[in-house]
Amino acid sequence: MKADWRSKPFHLSRRSLWIAFLLAPAAVIMMTFVVWPLVSALQLSFFRFEGLKPGDFVWFENFYKVLFQSPFRDATYNAFWHNIVVFFALMVLENGVALLIAYALLKELPGHRLHQVIVFLPVVLSAVIVGFLWKLLLHPLFGVVNAALGLFGIMGPAWLGSEATALGSIVFANVWHWIGFPALVLLAGMQRISREVLEAARLDGAGDWTILTRIVWPLIAPSVTIVTVLTFIGSFNWFELPLLMADMEGSPGRSTDVLALYFYRTAFGSVTSGIQDFGQGSALAVLMFLFVGAVTFIALKFLRSRELEI
Amino acid sequence: MTIAKLSRAVLMGGMAWGMIATAAFAADITFWTWRQEDKAAYEKFFSAFTAENPDINVKFEALPDTTYPTMVSTGLAAGKAADVIHTHAYGWLDQFVRSGYLEPLDEATVPSLANFTPDAIEALSFREDHKVYSVPFATMTLGLFINEDVFEKAGLTPPTTWEEFKTVGDALKSKGIIPLANGMGTSWFNEMFVSVFAGPFLGPEFAAELSTGATTYKDPRYAAALSKLLELRDYMPPNFAGVDYETAGQLFLSGRAAMLAGGSFDIANYRKLNPSLKMDFIAPPAASAGDVPHASKFYDGGYAVNAASPNKEAALRLVNWMGTTEFGNMFSNTLGNISPINGVEITDPILHHVAELNKTAVPHLNVVYFRFGKPTGSEILQANITKMMSGDMTPEQVGVEMTNGIATWFAPFQGK
Repeated sequence: MKADWRSKPFHLSRRSLWIAFLLAPAAVIMMTFVVWPLVSALQLSFFRFEGLKPGDFVWFENFYKVLFQSPFRDATYNAFWHNIVVFFALMVLENGVALLIAYALLKELPGHRLHQVIVFLPVVLSAVIVGFLWKLLLHPLFGVVNAALGLFGIMGPAWLGSEATALGSIVFANVWHWIGFPALVLLAGMQRISREVLEAARLDGAGDWTILTRIVWPLIAPSVTIVTVLTFIGSFNWFELPLLMADMEGSPGRSTDVLALYFYRTAFGSVTSGIQDFGQGSALAVLMFLFVGAVTFIALKFLRSRELEI
Repeated sequence: MTIAKLSRAVLMGGMAWGMIATAAFAADITFWTWRQEDKAAYEKFFSAFTAENPDINVKFEALPDTTYPTMVSTGLAAGKAADVIHTHAYGWLDQFVRSGYLEPLDEATVPSLANFTPDAIEALSFREDHKVYSVPFATMTLGLFINEDVFEKAGLTPPTTWEEFKTVGDALKSKGIIPLANGMGTSWFNEMFVSVFAGPFLGPEFAAELSTGATTYKDPRYAAALSKLLELRDYMPPNFAGVDYETAGQLFLSGRAAMLAGGSFDIANYRKLNPSLKMDFIAPPAASAGDVPHASKFYDGGYAVNAASPNKEAALRLVNWMGTTEFGNMFSNTLGNISPINGVEITDPILHHVAELNKTAVPHLNVVYFRFGKPTGSEILQANITKMMSGDMTPEQVGVEMTNGIATWFAPFQGK
């Protein structure tokens, strides 16, 4: 008994030391590259910057400016609105179509393996390649898209130069780039559904639409949760494609401006128009982090409870 | 030991001492720039400097231009920045000086500052202490590129007035040539487009009044100048809203377009891209016959000394040399840019035209006056000019937006 009493804590502490040892490298990396930048951004957001160095401690002045003081406020809400538009557009165009593609692939129609590769192929391309490629395809004078429209006697617009079409064009390029990812996640979810369930439904005379909406959709709820949350985070961190296909200014006329571009421009300046302001930039970054974090937390709670109900 | 042996030993010893001393006392300094494409030229300049100053070696290091300000400020904050730093001018320089990162210069430490005109010195000075922090390196002029091959083939001569521009433009259009290559697809280039064509209508008086706040962008003269730009839409490429800087350059270089409003910084670039092209760089169209056709001008930047450099003396000697006529001649004739150093001889005929245009040029307004606070005049103009050109905003509304935006940090505009 005595030996047991002595060895137990010794055994536990050795085990916890071992766990701590294994966790240490990851913890150090997380602290250095995630926690420390977050904490320092929070700290910087309370200072007014004198040039490139923090000056006076100004409490929430930077937050007040980006949220309530024109013209910064207008830029913040304009960019925020575009992030919301992008999220809903991607939910419908990317994830909606991905669901149909996944279902078609599940049915193993002729050539489904080839199609699986084709759908997923753009995902492996870097955003730089996709941005450049679509900029060429949508070029107002030499682009393939307008050349094709020209065959039907239609003069295509300046897709990326017009406020009416610029954001939509970049969203479309994003859908083309990423659609393979939700398609694959949803397909994996569908493949976990027992074949017997699907065949039983079919024997009972259920059509594709009924099977997809009444059987498949409820059973892939966990995959839908993942896809929705990742789309949300991706939409609010959207940066590369608008930067590459429009520019740092959210051109034309701020019609493609999103929060990440606005944050970068504010904090780090833009060679051709702006100057650096780490204080206001950090305030924007903190607000973005809080918003994405809070909404993701609530959405996960809601979607997980929905999974249980189903 | 014979005398001969002894003298040989002394000689050898002396040589060895000389070599060790040179190695020990030579300063290795570093130069940071965003101009990766000028590497070969700068290395040539620096070897000429080292030939005159054997105790100083200069190492050229280029950083990516898009993240240059961030990398420089990070390097300076961490105490790891170069000894000599290539800077932009005006508001860009302002934020580095305000942080105490750059060494103030004067004619005692950098005698070659005497070689510059007062406006060159002012562009690289801090507005609060009026001290100069960077040795000016180039002026950039905004004007009109002319594809002479196209004009010759069409039997036309380049326009000198606004009315001539429209007449020539109509004649070019009737021959299937795009008169003006510019589009609205690149924000910073759009701002230059505005300067080129509005400059002659605004003139130096407006610029001077604007700089002190005696007038604002709400001035009817500004709205009138902007409204002239709307007339240019007929002469720009189809779908011009989406035509970006690169495409405009291609249209001009390939001869599909006859003219391009742009900057003298592209002369060398366009020559490289199409060496057989006959081109010129001329003044923008004057408001009417007899008026001065004002081009626009700004100082691109300069060479500054890192205040925390351990080799400050060597760095100061380098920037002093970079303000001499010897350097200016090398710079202008190698890189095809106008050096602001007095007495520089420009041999290139097109650059010679540019230097002539500089004599009557007006300031590139937002770059020179309104990049010292957020939002900068450039940000606001770049965001709104596309709206105006597509008919979603009036020139007056653009003026109001600019005045109200700049008024958030520029006191003379407040309440106007």
